[in-house]
Amino acid sequence: MADTLSTRRWGLPAPLRDLAREPRTYARLAWTWTRAVAQYPMALSLFTLGVTLASLAEMGAVVVVFAHAGTLAGFTVYEGLLVYALAAFSFGAAQLLTGSVDRLGEHIRTGSFDTMLVRPVSPLVQLAADQFSPRRFGRIVPALVVLVVALVMCDIDWTLERILMLPVLLASGVVICTSVWLIAGCLQFFATDAREAANSVTYGGQALTEYPIAIYGRGLVRSVTYVVPLAFVSWQPALHLLDRPDPTGLPGFLRFLGPVVAVALALVAAQVWRFGLRRYRSTGS
Amino acid sequence: MRVHAAVYARGLRRHSTYRAALVAGALTNAVFGAINAMVLLAVFAARPEINGYDASDAVTQVFVGQALIAVTMIVNTAPSLDLAERVRGGEVATDLLRPVSLLGWWMAEDLGRATFTFLFRGVPTFCVGLLLFDVVLPGSPVQVVAVLLSAVLATVIGFALRYLCSLSGFWLLDSRGLWTASGLVAPVAAGMLLPLALFPPALADVLRYLPWASMVQIPAEILLGKDSLPGGGAFGGLALQAGWAVALLVFAAWLTGRATRRVVIQGG
Repeated sequence: MADTLSTRRWGLPAPLRDLAREPRTYARLAWTWTRAVAQYPMALSLFTLGVTLASLAEMGAVVVVFAHAGTLAGFTVYEGLLVYALAAFSFGAAQLLTGSVDRLGEHIRTGSFDTMLVRPVSPLVQLAADQFSPRRFGRIVPALVVLVVALVMCDIDWTLERILMLPVLLASGVVICTSVWLIAGCLQFFATDAREAANSVTYGGQALTEYPIAIYGRGLVRSVTYVVPLAFVSWQPALHLLDRPDPTGLPGFLRFLGPVVAVALALVAAQVWRFGLRRYRSTGS
Repeated sequence: MRVHAAVYARGLRRHSTYRAALVAGALTNAVFGAINAMVLLAVFAARPEINGYDASDAVTQVFVGQALIAVTMIVNTAPSLDLAERVRGGEVATDLLRPVSLLGWWMAEDLGRATFTFLFRGVPTFCVGLLLFDVVLPGSPVQVVAVLLSAVLATVIGFALRYLCSLSGFWLLDSRGLWTASGLVAPVAAGMLLPLALFPPALADVLRYLPWASMVQIPAEILLGKDSLPGGGAFGGLALQAGWAVALLVFAAWLTGRATRRVVIQGG
């Protein structure tokens, strides 16, 4: 009765209503995990400090590298930091939202994935929110600070289009990273102890996109543009913001394709997840 | 001694069961090695020599680091010795009942793990580096021996540091904070994040004498035959490593005595 009433008031068809429910369930689960880890405030603050210091060390490495080289692929140190910050923000946000997906193999092995399947909540939402911890903000906040500094220090021609495009580019980066993370996590449906192999795509992708990717040579730039589209996380957005021609000679319109790539990759990720879930057989005993 | 040999063999066998994880791990190390190497190659393309390092030196060090990463386990921010969890959970009581020393037992087990990991994860990772990049190989049989000895000492130092982290649980109750801290300091101070040669020379000289450098930087310099080693050669480097290994193990033995006198096991 209550259900029909709310349907009438919302006027949404059932599938869309379900879709609107998922983020709220996610938020509730994330909040539960946050309250759980907040029971140990000392440990939480130490972990957060640790994550922050680790990002600062990575940033320091970028600065040291540019200090020795002067420019890399025509990028100065602040332009390099812009690339770093775009990558670190996107991966940090993806890790905050869905970082636990790479523990899928563990859940399958211990049987806790079966528990998720019998609950009346999407298993993807449960898996993504599993072990949610605010300490991951320790990666995002420094990235945002460096992003702001880099945006101010770089010589950027702030047209209205660029101002409007910035949040779109950031959101696309987050969606691309989240999708890569999910696809890599789904590998564990087929090989339960492949977590480390998945890490070479997820954390490896992060390490790769933290520098102007032109330094890796044309072959690699093409494969991270057309095969695993990580170039749209930091490289193409940076080229657009700085109004640079692509030094590897790829067409200039690519830099506007970020949002399209993000949506396409998200659809692929959803299909891979469904395929894996349909093929999943419990480990037994 | 026979007990230790048996524990060593069991440690080796136990880790030989996770074969898929081993391949996945070697792949990951190779990918990270390749990414780091390409970044450094770009730097050295702009400046052919930095503080006595050239491009192939830097690339070699990257792959020494990646080959030893899973052997010394220095970058793990989570407890990487089972002992840590056993101190927290209280199962360490069982370990203490055994008529062998706690330190000897865990060292034998960990060296078994390290041997297997070195042969089947470290060496393949280094070979990928050899295939893809201009990686330097030891020039003479004597140097091969020096490099292998250096890798063994690096492993012992890695074990001793992780054992000390585990023991801290007797005082801190939960040692995970210390594990995180050591997992963050180590890659920077060891020359894993970047070769120490790229740091300001004053800082690099201090870091070179700390135990972490003995796990990547010193083995790499021994392989490269650098005169920046303490005493100007491989012998000095090995002496520094041996010094740290002995010092840390003696400290660990002393601390084990203190810890076991403190421990109170509840229930029965």
